[in-house]
Amino acid sequence: MTSASAPVPARPPEPARRTRGPAGDVAGLGVGRAFGFVAPALLLIGAFLVFPAIWTIYIGITNYRLTGVEAVSPSVVGLSNYTKALNDALFHNALWLTLLFVLGSAIIGQNILGFTLAWVLRRTRPVVRRTVEAFTLLAWILPSTVVAYLWVAFYDRDGGTLNGILGTPGTAWLIDYPMACLVVFNTWRGTAFSMMLYSSALQAVPPSQLESARMVGASGWQTLRDIVFPHIRGHVLTNTLLISLWTANDFSPFLLTKGGPNHESETVPVYIYNVALQGGELGYSSAISFLLLIANLLVSLVYLRLLRRRS
Amino acid sequence: MRPGYVVRRIGFYVLICAITLFFAVPMLWIASAPFDASPGLGVHWPDWTLENVRKTLGHPYAMHSMVNSLLICVTTAVAVTAFAALASYALSRVRIPGRDALLYGLLLLSSVVTGTAAMVPIFVMMFQLGLIDSRFGVALVMTGGLLPAAIFILKDFVDAVPKSYEESARVFGASTGQILRDVVLPVARPGLATIMVWAFVNSWGNFLVPFLLIRSIDKQPGAVLMQTLTDEGGSVNLQVLPVFSLLFSIPVVVLYLLVNSRYGFRFHGGIKS
Repeated sequence: MTSASAPVPARPPEPARRTRGPAGDVAGLGVGRAFGFVAPALLLIGAFLVFPAIWTIYIGITNYRLTGVEAVSPSVVGLSNYTKALNDALFHNALWLTLLFVLGSAIIGQNILGFTLAWVLRRTRPVVRRTVEAFTLLAWILPSTVVAYLWVAFYDRDGGTLNGILGTPGTAWLIDYPMACLVVFNTWRGTAFSMMLYSSALQAVPPSQLESARMVGASGWQTLRDIVFPHIRGHVLTNTLLISLWTANDFSPFLLTKGGPNHESETVPVYIYNVALQGGELGYSSAISFLLLIANLLVSLVYLRLLRRRS
Repeated sequence: MRPGYVVRRIGFYVLICAITLFFAVPMLWIASAPFDASPGLGVHWPDWTLENVRKTLGHPYAMHSMVNSLLICVTTAVAVTAFAALASYALSRVRIPGRDALLYGLLLLSSVVTGTAAMVPIFVMMFQLGLIDSRFGVALVMTGGLLPAAIFILKDFVDAVPKSYEESARVFGASTGQILRDVVLPVARPGLATIMVWAFVNSWGNFLVPFLLIRSIDKQPGAVLMQTLTDEGGSVNLQVLPVFSLLFSIPVVVLYLLVNSRYGFRFHGGIKS
């Protein structure tokens, strides 16, 4: 629900202390009561997560609107919302911007900065390591509205810190370069996750292999490519899928730019919001939501398959 | 010492400094602006004052929105923990029919149905149920959204709890209720505390759900009020917003530090909102 809370699968591997055997009903709960235990949670999930997801399909084939005649009696219009999406220049724009956002801030930004941090910090003094980690983590745990406000101030045209540092007073970064601003912002926001995942993945690289690479005089780059990378390849893939999924569904761009100026930073989540709540086209925005759900489903299926193969 | 080595060391520390600055500089402002007599949007050494804090505490909606946040998030955290605890225990210990499919489904749900993908149907549903502008409605939606992941984390945790405690309690004739209350609950407490903090922090930072569902300003939680005040703009808000951001961030940071020091592990991928 919250844009990025899929927790478990990303967890770095723990030492195998868990007993993964079949369950044993040691407390004498019985199947009947067990169902009773699961039922309240399933009811809530069913009502507030599964039902909306399925209902999207239905709303998406109607002309339901927030106000007007279609708000009272919407009618089924078949696939016309989807054909509309095919020809909607603003939707294409949103798709393209989302792609840029994911590519720039997740696949490149968070991935590379996260790995660099994990690699660089692994042998530094604990004080240095902990300080750098603290700032990275802080960027990750602060509430999104606070973080967005910090960056709006940072990018501000009059008196913003960025203009102060670069000596470029009067540059309205969020208006002149909105997508670049969002990419930098999201890299800053999400790098902690990749850093933690990679630093625990790096612990699985046998030190003896690194040692022998050093003995034969391999360069840093060779060591990374031939020894480290083969060990963490699986992690790189799953991490990239996960952070891409989160980034594509991230609503924070709305907090920084609201999609503007003139749709220049309107990623798919912001577009859905603007079409649904500003434009009032609930039917059309549901059709787009459904496309997003399908994309999420595909990425998640690949992700879980990769995870299963690894374990 | 070879010169190459020295150059590499210098480069190494320059890199670390650059990255640290990248993460720290945007944050500095939240440390200086709240206590600055003439707050601007840039970072500078403040002209110390507590006037802004006084203004914020006296703001008609600021503290009220904290109470709203607290109401929504405590409800969500308690509901998530209670329902996830029951479900995860049953799923861990009893092989009910269709269990594996159910678990797989929950895992998929937790990442597929995101807030942004489901915002339209959730808005329409709550609208038709008459739950727009209801703090309880917000808590319900958040609970539904967090439960799949919570069940999964807790089930992992319960799986790791040895069954021998329950077995020996059973041998001594304890009833199912007694075993759950006196044996399982105390052993599972760290896991429950963690999931409660996790749910609290997640709902505390959640902007989208209350933004969609709450209309009146006196019911807005902190996350939404910040946006409302930012949109208003003006110099009064430059006094209120920085202090409010700081106050609004404190619970999250404190809870994170608490769980981190107490249970000595990190929220691997879980805590992000």
